[in-house]
Amino acid sequence: MVGLMGFAALLATLPLIFVLIHLIRQGASSIDLAFFTRMPRPVGEAGGGMANAITGTLILVSIAASIGLPVGIGAGLYLAEQRGARLATTVRFLSDVLNGMPSIVMGIFAWHFLVRPVGHFSALAGGVALGAMMIPLVTRATEEMVRTVPTALREAALALGYPRWRTSVAIVLRTALPGIVTAALVAVARIAGETAPLLFTAFGNQFWSVSLSQPIASLPHTIYTYAKSPYDDWHRLAWAGALVLIALVLVISILARFVTRSRHGGVGD
Amino acid sequence: MTEVALPAPEPGESSPPEGAATLGGRSAGDIVYRTLTTAFAVAIPVLLGFITFEVVAAAWPALRVFGFGFLTSSVWDPVRNQFGAAPMIYGTIVSSILALVLAAPLALGVAIFLSEFCPRWLRRPLAFFVDLLAAIPSVVYGLWGIFFLLPLLREKVMPFLATTLGLGSTPFFSGPAYGNSMLAAAVILAIMILPYISAVAREVLMAVPRSQREAALAMGATKWEMIRDAVVPYARTGILGGVILGLGRALGETMAVTMLIGNRHEISASLFAPGYTLASVIANEFAEATTVLHTAALMACGAVLLVVTLVVNAIARWLVWSVGREPRS
Repeated sequence: MVGLMGFAALLATLPLIFVLIHLIRQGASSIDLAFFTRMPRPVGEAGGGMANAITGTLILVSIAASIGLPVGIGAGLYLAEQRGARLATTVRFLSDVLNGMPSIVMGIFAWHFLVRPVGHFSALAGGVALGAMMIPLVTRATEEMVRTVPTALREAALALGYPRWRTSVAIVLRTALPGIVTAALVAVARIAGETAPLLFTAFGNQFWSVSLSQPIASLPHTIYTYAKSPYDDWHRLAWAGALVLIALVLVISILARFVTRSRHGGVGD
Repeated sequence: MTEVALPAPEPGESSPPEGAATLGGRSAGDIVYRTLTTAFAVAIPVLLGFITFEVVAAAWPALRVFGFGFLTSSVWDPVRNQFGAAPMIYGTIVSSILALVLAAPLALGVAIFLSEFCPRWLRRPLAFFVDLLAAIPSVVYGLWGIFFLLPLLREKVMPFLATTLGLGSTPFFSGPAYGNSMLAAAVILAIMILPYISAVAREVLMAVPRSQREAALAMGATKWEMIRDAVVPYARTGILGGVILGLGRALGETMAVTMLIGNRHEISASLFAPGYTLASVIANEFAEATTVLHTAALMACGAVLLVVTLVVNAIARWLVWSVGREPRS
């Protein structure tokens, strides 16, 4: 039986290895400086890059983070400090439910809320959809990190006459900050790869655009468009884009793992 | 006086006299802080309600015209403005259930191996590896699926199932093997939900009290018997919660499925045949939806999906919570 369970574990890691190997084999050769600095070329012309898509993803993620981080961190602080309150239990539960909501539904929400009334797709709508996805991720991670701050630290500050809010901000939040930063990075990595909410919000754009009120290109959406196309050149670029995207996600995940491990060694086991 | 020992605050500056914060009344700063964090916390239920409202509003034109028949009709004809979501509902359920059947036993095996048998030095890296599966973006799975999984299924797996195992005569494995199929969607979904199920199962198994294990061992059980008869049954509810959580993920997964399932509005018993899911029809047809009713019908698919995943997730969370009330930390 031990062997069977071990085999299951081995089998479960196989797809990851396959995906990574395949990505590197197909994508690595197309990644050069031009990939990051050039615009896409028309079909048939060799070369070209994804400068607009990379910039677009950065812009979308920035909008999302400026929504998701304040709300998520604030709500996480509340959940950690009012642990037993009825409101906290409700919010925690609904935050988990929100976390499980399909990403395409977030797209519909942002479309009906921000695209339809205006009549055209916009980077802002895409950012809002991603931001809404980010909130529950940041909330629960912040709560976990704040909870690892020893009560003694908080009590010490209160005993010295610190007001509660100042204890929370200057002592508790500051102690938990490295953990919260990595959690925020993981949340960013997660939403940076999302395509479904962008299909009818940010929509995609072949040209250079940094305007928030215009459709904007993004890395995942460009990968999707290129992967569906019948052109070999575009397939190559799709692989390269996927490799960049996954390198971003993996580096952040591994970094986060390393930071939380060195800080709270052993807690997670 | 005592404030000297602390780093940041300059004495005075908006903070009340010592003691005011902890004894008796609250300072203005406390009230602002409390109000602010509470407002952010309340924002989450409000957002959930708002999203639900917006999605239902987007779907309303179609729901009003077709009513309940939207769920049962299998006619999807944009030209005649007739829309029914039955094939998509069927495809969503079948692909998700099939993915669960493939992923759940494997995920449970991984979780048991990690929590019970795995050597300590291997536990962290292996768990991390499995968790990384969840970090890969859906569109990357889709890309990989198109160029690796589909050829593999078309050339090796499907002929093996149909011819070598002789299942081709049953309705479930009949028909030509294109690659793009319900089976392909289920396989990619299984890979994608495995880390979620296994992570929850691992946590729940680790939360089983030591006394439970020791009691079984004291009765003369072998390690395997202990796991089978004492540990897993104890964690049953939580594991079920993890599986349902995986189901919630599978139901709403969009990109990879859209790229692999073949996108056809037909109900076919064969797993080799292309299908459609609620999420993939929205992703695939939105750009070509020209009439108001067509768009609204797509949004209605989203609304159905929203309601189903809300219910599924609520059940899953409730099950997980009822077991792991006091997890690690």
